[in-house]
Amino acid sequence: MSMLKFLSKRLALSILALFGLSILIFVIARILPGDPARMALSPRAPDWAVEHLREQMGFDKPIYAQYYYWLTNALRGNLGDSLYTRRPVVEDIKQFIPATVELVLFAAIIMTVFGILFGALAGRYRDTWLDNSVRSLAYIGVCTPAFVFGLMFILLFSYKLGVLPTAGRMTPGVLKPPTITGLLSLDALITGNFAALGDVLKHILLPALSLALGGMGQESRLTRASISDNLRKEYIASARGFGIPNPLIMLKFLLKPSLIPTVSILGLDIAVLFSNAFLVELVFNWPGFSKYGINAMLRKDLNALSAVVLMLGVVFVIANIMVDVTVAWLDPRIRLEAEKQK
Amino acid sequence: MTARYLPQTLRGFQTERFKEGYSKFTRNPFSVIGLSLVLLVIFLAIFAPFVTPYPEHAGSYVNFKEINKPPSWKHLFGTDLVGRDVFSRVIFAYRYSLLLAITVLSLVVPPGVLLGLLAGYYHGTWIDYTIMRITDIFLAVPPLILALAVTSVLGPSMLNAMMAVCLMWWPWYVRLVYGLVSSLRNEYYVHATAVIGASNFHILWREILPNCVSSIFTKMSLDVGWVIMLAAALSFVGLGAQAPTPDLGTMISDGATFLPDLWWMSMFPSIGVLIIVLGFNLLGDGLRDLFALEEI
Repeated sequence: MSMLKFLSKRLALSILALFGLSILIFVIARILPGDPARMALSPRAPDWAVEHLREQMGFDKPIYAQYYYWLTNALRGNLGDSLYTRRPVVEDIKQFIPATVELVLFAAIIMTVFGILFGALAGRYRDTWLDNSVRSLAYIGVCTPAFVFGLMFILLFSYKLGVLPTAGRMTPGVLKPPTITGLLSLDALITGNFAALGDVLKHILLPALSLALGGMGQESRLTRASISDNLRKEYIASARGFGIPNPLIMLKFLLKPSLIPTVSILGLDIAVLFSNAFLVELVFNWPGFSKYGINAMLRKDLNALSAVVLMLGVVFVIANIMVDVTVAWLDPRIRLEAEKQK
Repeated sequence: MTARYLPQTLRGFQTERFKEGYSKFTRNPFSVIGLSLVLLVIFLAIFAPFVTPYPEHAGSYVNFKEINKPPSWKHLFGTDLVGRDVFSRVIFAYRYSLLLAITVLSLVVPPGVLLGLLAGYYHGTWIDYTIMRITDIFLAVPPLILALAVTSVLGPSMLNAMMAVCLMWWPWYVRLVYGLVSSLRNEYYVHATAVIGASNFHILWREILPNCVSSIFTKMSLDVGWVIMLAAALSFVGLGAQAPTPDLGTMISDGATFLPDLWWMSMFPSIGVLIIVLGFNLLGDGLRDLFALEEI
């Protein structure tokens, strides 16, 4: 019951933050110097047409009324038309988001699996060559921007070695699997189209890896620190004293509690992947949501821009709530704390 | 500190502490590497006109005889499309990166710290709620995205990019200081000062703030790296510094078009970003270990 209370409080705060964010985005989109209606049409469009569009867009109303219209429309799933593609922004996003979700998903898997694996090994074999190399590589991973990794990988694997493609989601000649989920790899797997699956995996490997390395470094550092701290605690020694088999100690008594700090930032790291995808998609010419967002920003496409930022805000908030729930599940102390406050 | 310090004078105590800190800091090779990188980058940036072989190449300079030359002893990092020495431009770009990071942090830290102090000290009152809820809004979006959005709306330029980064960065200091103050306000010495009639201003300024300083400085040294990385990302997209300003992100994105043939144009500035960010990160981590901070 108290968990529910904790969650509902958390949810209320998040909704408040999103509401504030919507005001912030609205203010940013409206401080633009120049007339959005004029920009949407052309500089030489007749004045009556601009005036008409202004009225249609609601720009002749006072600012709070404009915000009210914008917000109520946004809540109904209507974020306006893109000034560039001339289609509803929601349609555009629906079209582009599966590519980004696929990319982020692959990156998240690489990041979590290898980040935890390397971190756990480094923590277990603390101060050995293994530990030192993991730590050094983790630093480089954290300190290199994802787009730099992208360029380096393209140079190395695509141009020098010629083993992996540089751009896009698939080679143009390969038969595309029918759209079921929108995630090409999953669609290819479901329809049993293994030629397409191989091609998709080849295309996604480099962008996903360049996206993953930053978070991987961070996660391996956190895991290393907590593993090597916990390893020296007395409960591990007493578990050994009881004669519990070593693999069991390592997995159950050492790894599970040591993962709490890692998991607590995992959700945030995944949200950060969505944000770094903005740069990686640009490098690999990945036709996703982030590339759409970047183009909206470069073209000052206000409706698309507000929608993209708002969507990412939602992703971030959901990620944060998920983090809290997972941590409470992993760490009994937090659950007990919540019980006590009842 | 143990009793062995008691007979000494304060000055002796301080040198002793400094020595102890110094040996603790230098025992970690990562911190020493970080400090060396940071000092090297700062030295190069300050003396850029004297240490670079072609200082005039920093701005708009054209020499068609020397275009697209690969790295050689004459041009350590090669030359770009209009014959400018990439090495000189990377060093000059460090100037702009450091200037940007220092400007951003000096604009962001004072208000962030002040708001954090107030919110933490008046914990549980409307002051706390107002400040922290506004902070939450800014923390609800990844900094890169909001910075991109703000710069795109204001128009691409170095100044606008800097303003956007400032707008994104203060909440992190509010949150850091808020966390520190929320626990410090319950310390006995704070209560004791309140009991003898000290003003709120005195308590915040003379009792609580000095205990936050090491955390704030550590976070700042880490943030120099992050701000530089964020600025590089902004200009990589084309929303940061504009030509002919030497800027790491712009140089990387210009060079990326000419991969793989003119690889030096983007790879050396990329390594340049890595070195400066890595330096400040290692240094920041070293300081954190030195001060035994956990909150950052």
